[in-house]
Amino acid sequence: MIGGLFIYNHKGEVLISRVYRDDIGRNAVDAFRVNVIHARQQVRSPVTNIARTSFFHVKRSNIWLAAVTKQNVNAAMVFEFLYKMCDVMASYFGKISEENIKNNFVLIYELLDEILDFGYPQNSETGSLKTFITQQGIKGQHQTKEEQSQITSQVTGQIGWRREGIKYRRNELFLDVLESVNLLMSPQGQVLSAHVSGRVVMKSYLSGMPECKFGMNDKIIIDKAGKGGVTNEAGKSDLGGGGSTSGKQSIAIDDCTFNQCVRLSKFDSERSISFIPPDGEYELMRYRTTKDIILPFRVIPLVREVGRTKLEVKVVIKSNFKPSLLAQKIEVRIPTPLNTSGVQVICMKGKAKYKASENAIVWKIKRMAGMKESQISAEIELLPTNDKKKWARPPISMNFEVPFAPSGLKVRYLKVFESKLNYSDHDVIKWVRYIGRSGIYETRC
Amino acid sequence: MTDSKYFTTTKKGEIFELKAELNSDKKEKKKEAVKKVIASMTVGKDVSALFPDVVNCMQTDNLELKKLVYLYLMNYAKSQPDMAIMAVNTFVKDCEDANPLIRALAVRTMGCIRVDKITEYLCEPLRKCLKDEDPYVRKTAAVCVAKLHDINAQLVEDQGFLDTLKDLISDSNPMVVANAVAALSEIAESHPNSNLLDLNPQSINKLLTALNECTEWGQIFILDCLANYTPRDDRESQSICERVTPRLSHANSAVVLSAVKVLMKFMEMLPKDLDYYSTLLKKLAPPLVTLLSAEPELQYVALRNINLIVQKRPEILKHEMKVFFVKYNDPIYVKLEKLDIMIRLASQANIAQVLAELKEYATEVDVDFVRKAVRAIGRCAIKVEQSAERCVSTLLDLIQTKVNYVVQEAIVVIKDIFRKYPNKYESVIATLCENLDSLDEPEARAAMIWIVGEYAERIDNADELLESFLEGFHDESTQVQLQLLTAIVKLFLKKPTETQELVQQVLSLATQDSDNPDLRDRGYIYWRLLSTDPVAAKEVVLAEKPLISEETDLIEPTLLEELICHIGTLASVYHKPPSAFVEGSRGVMHKRLPARTGSGESTESPDVGTAAGGSAPEAAPSIIPSQGDLLGDLLNLDMAPPTTSGPPPPTTGMQMGGMDLLGGGLDSLMGDESEPLGGDIGGSPAMGAGFGAAPAVMPASLNAPVGGGLGDLFDLGGVGMPMGAYIPPKIVWLPAMKAKGLEISGTFARRAGVIQMELILTNKAMSVMTDFAIQFNRNSFGLAPAGPLQVLTPLGPNQTIEVSLPLSTVGPVMKMDPLNNLQVAVKNNIDVFYFSCQYPISMLFVEDGKMERQVFLATWKDIPNDNESQFQIKDCHLNSDAASSKLQGSNIFTIAKRTVEGQDMLYMSIKLSNGIWVLAELRVQAGNPNYTISLKCRAPEVSQCVFQCYEAVLKN
Repeated sequence: MIGGLFIYNHKGEVLISRVYRDDIGRNAVDAFRVNVIHARQQVRSPVTNIARTSFFHVKRSNIWLAAVTKQNVNAAMVFEFLYKMCDVMASYFGKISEENIKNNFVLIYELLDEILDFGYPQNSETGSLKTFITQQGIKGQHQTKEEQSQITSQVTGQIGWRREGIKYRRNELFLDVLESVNLLMSPQGQVLSAHVSGRVVMKSYLSGMPECKFGMNDKIIIDKAGKGGVTNEAGKSDLGGGGSTSGKQSIAIDDCTFNQCVRLSKFDSERSISFIPPDGEYELMRYRTTKDIILPFRVIPLVREVGRTKLEVKVVIKSNFKPSLLAQKIEVRIPTPLNTSGVQVICMKGKAKYKASENAIVWKIKRMAGMKESQISAEIELLPTNDKKKWARPPISMNFEVPFAPSGLKVRYLKVFESKLNYSDHDVIKWVRYIGRSGIYETRC
Repeated sequence: MTDSKYFTTTKKGEIFELKAELNSDKKEKKKEAVKKVIASMTVGKDVSALFPDVVNCMQTDNLELKKLVYLYLMNYAKSQPDMAIMAVNTFVKDCEDANPLIRALAVRTMGCIRVDKITEYLCEPLRKCLKDEDPYVRKTAAVCVAKLHDINAQLVEDQGFLDTLKDLISDSNPMVVANAVAALSEIAESHPNSNLLDLNPQSINKLLTALNECTEWGQIFILDCLANYTPRDDRESQSICERVTPRLSHANSAVVLSAVKVLMKFMEMLPKDLDYYSTLLKKLAPPLVTLLSAEPELQYVALRNINLIVQKRPEILKHEMKVFFVKYNDPIYVKLEKLDIMIRLASQANIAQVLAELKEYATEVDVDFVRKAVRAIGRCAIKVEQSAERCVSTLLDLIQTKVNYVVQEAIVVIKDIFRKYPNKYESVIATLCENLDSLDEPEARAAMIWIVGEYAERIDNADELLESFLEGFHDESTQVQLQLLTAIVKLFLKKPTETQELVQQVLSLATQDSDNPDLRDRGYIYWRLLSTDPVAAKEVVLAEKPLISEETDLIEPTLLEELICHIGTLASVYHKPPSAFVEGSRGVMHKRLPARTGSGESTESPDVGTAAGGSAPEAAPSIIPSQGDLLGDLLNLDMAPPTTSGPPPPTTGMQMGGMDLLGGGLDSLMGDESEPLGGDIGGSPAMGAGFGAAPAVMPASLNAPVGGGLGDLFDLGGVGMPMGAYIPPKIVWLPAMKAKGLEISGTFARRAGVIQMELILTNKAMSVMTDFAIQFNRNSFGLAPAGPLQVLTPLGPNQTIEVSLPLSTVGPVMKMDPLNNLQVAVKNNIDVFYFSCQYPISMLFVEDGKMERQVFLATWKDIPNDNESQFQIKDCHLNSDAASSKLQGSNIFTIAKRTVEGQDMLYMSIKLSNGIWVLAELRVQAGNPNYTISLKCRAPEVSQCVFQCYEAVLKN
């Protein structure tokens, strides 16, 4: 198991050092500094073995977090734990920076004592941690016996992520379907790989211990219902226009993962998503799709080398969605060679600039409606070099935000049941929003 | 309020100031001071001098201050053990506190203070906390047992904490269960003997139930523990798999990987034609792909594991090539791993896409990555024949870029392509030769020289090219020198007229001017070859080369199996067994995948129990040099063709030639089957002595019964009882399909005290097989060949030969699962083949296994009842005497017989070759075909195997 946990600043000075196991000595702190933080070359692996001691590290801005062990630990668990540790710290004091860590070192030690026991991760849900580890550190004394046992039963209990007795005057929930669409396209316009990785983020402000059920247009469910031919919903979709449209209305999900509140065995057997939600904001599920993705933009590049000192670049972007919708925050990044000396740009829409420090032309458009087209052309002057190595031509990348889900995912329902309190599914105010963003959206040129 | 100020106090005399502040009356000031102390401790300053002052602050109702003091104590208690005692009272008091958080805090901290005197005081509070009404305290106490065990294992056992911990597995609170599982797993790892994690269907069921309810971390502990279990049969295996698969949708990647580990392991036991098996395969792909959208560090862990999974079961991810395409912004460690997997998944179906990608990568910035990409193109050419041409032209394009390291890497792989497809692509040689000057790495230079030598007859100026290398001969690395020597000799053999001078020159450089023995020897060999018989030289130097394999960098199968059992852990990241990087006893136990039998021989979890591993063979006189690691030996393949010191008796049915090597001077005819009585009587003691294994180390107390044993033998012989030991029928161990035409079937026998492996080798291939050799992997009882495999004549197509191989029991020992599993490697001129087989454990029953009655009685009482196991033998129609004599043939000796109420009780003893005694009580009721047998042994894991022998012997 984890033998120790260290946090360093960018210089390699140790800010936090907590040792859990006898086999880890103080010299481990220095070994990591010397061999990894102060190493000359780039990091070649997130796992380093120095003198039979293994170091796992992650970096957040310029802070290093390192877990140390001498045993054959579960490596995936160690990294998951380090990420979790970052989340917990961030939810207590915001950004993970040297200053914040120094300002909160007592708190961090307290947290490390609680969420890692003898190197075994314990309950690390911020919701329940905050009930008894507070920055004031004085809560312990004023609790009644009931409060104390409520805390312990929550920390160890089956529903460790939600406490009892939550009350809201207005029961309300927000669902955000956030997708990032990833694309790698060849210069000829052939899709080399494309996938959508999506997240359903929920903000719940619900009283009591509500039981929720979430439904979306998952192909497997819709097909199942369709086969049964009983439910109205399936019937409607069939009436909608035969087989071809029913295919569009449901999507094939390659794989999905759920927050720990979701009953996985129920999903496995019935494919229904049921859970008691944590209070406040959390990520309900993640999913990935690869079929029938709506690619919001198409990038058509044209790069011509005119002699040894000049490049001509022309890039056309086409928006490919309903004309009534508006894409925002569009940015096209066209890489330029390292020996660029000057650039002239002409674009039809938005603003374009050559940024020498980033070796790229950045073209920004605030808004663009669907089914439109825009173009940029640039002339790049090059310094003559005797470097034999050819320019690697990195891909043209794109950023944007669109108000729909490129995977085609639709929320069908989110039902809330709370039998003990007197509010019903109808009384809950529900909001659904779809946002599609670019992930790694690249076209080779 | 900011705490960062505590980090900045670096004045002199600080300690004194702190001391004063710590003893201040004001609470706030005290707290400030403790914070400063902790800050100094963090940056590595020694503040141990403040120990008494800090401990004085412990008695407080301020929880935050208390936690800080505890933190200090954990760090310095070890250096000030006497002072640490001062803290004990507060701990004990806190363990009684009304607030469960404080009780837990006290027991958690106490466990971290590694001072013997404190641990003594810890026992009582810990016992209470393990049974605390509050689950938070119980889950903390569970981990505390593991802490205490780490400090003082004996104390934990004496105090009975292990039993309490076992009870916690049935706790109502899932987190308590998870922590108890984690603690027990850890303790079990350092205690291979104990049956701590008594995994059986009932406890597994409890764990699977808790799995649905506990935290993500708890799920990992439980899944990792489940992975150590070996299901009894394929049905149990399937039902566990069904309950584990939902975990594949968990958001925590570690939960997913641990679930994959359980599934990959248990899948081994499922029959391949089962529908569920293919369903399961399909279910595994999506979650593995999803892992690749995690953070880069986790992606790296996932990719290292996928690399193993793809080697073990390529079918799972064969359609998922695209997800391994490298993204421009991936960290370099992710890129390199993805590339590795791409090559493994490359096939005819996707090769076009793969090649297009690889070509892109070859123009990237990172040198290592580019080199690997270029190498990958070459590997594609070798793996997918249809793509070879395209690969070669891609490589030529890359050579045109003139980027130095790209050119060199390309030339190295083109050499391999020439090896694989001779005389096909020599048109490119001209292009290669243009780049001679830019080659500065030895590997590339050697590759280029090899190409020139190999195609010397088609390169007009081959002699000039090679001569140019010769100028700086002594500055070259050995690799290049050796290659240059061979290439010039090749050239000479092809164009003898023009190159005589050149060859003279290189030979003299290599033999006279070089200090390198390898180079000199090779030079002399060539020289003599050329001077004595140029025709022979041609045959040797220009001989046809063996094919190169399609897959490279494959992990050796037994290691791969072990690593599959370690999915998700560091071992799977390093691709090394835990013993390679973990110190001490922890984690050195080798894990194995279960066998696909369905019947399930072993109920032991591989982690628990020692078996023979613990009771290694006694120090028998080492007659046969013990084999080292199978891996190492096979890699070197220095298995000499069979040689014997004397001519083997050609007419005897049994091949005793190998025995001569033992130097025992045995008459090989002694063991002849045709004289069963004499053979056995004369054979057992005498041969035993000659063999040096058992009687030489026989305990003195056993000397007496030997005579009696002999007498018994005479008695029995007189009555004319059947004496033959049970020999199982021969079965096919290695089908011809798996071994390029070599079929091996066989069985094991024990004849006259010698264990024999009887093999039938059949050549079902078209070509002659020669140079047979055999090697065993380390196994539970140290079985090893006592001599070479005696196949003296080449084995022609469709020929069959029977060989028997005498075995010794002094080889290296490693516990196998099942216990009687034997992994064998057979080599011939074609390749090395691996198979595994199971031997009846009765082979190991030695002839002097008859115990004296008193000794038997005492031993029976002495062995704890926990070690007794009971079995039923069904449908056996022998009476007790017949059974007894039948068993005696296999060295299972009846010591006494009692008849109680029509039921015959037979008491028997068995001694294994490694000195383990097994005592048995066989109950036979007249008219009832079902026997009951109780086995008692100090190493209870052999009981199952022994029982199987009983069954086999009695039913044959």
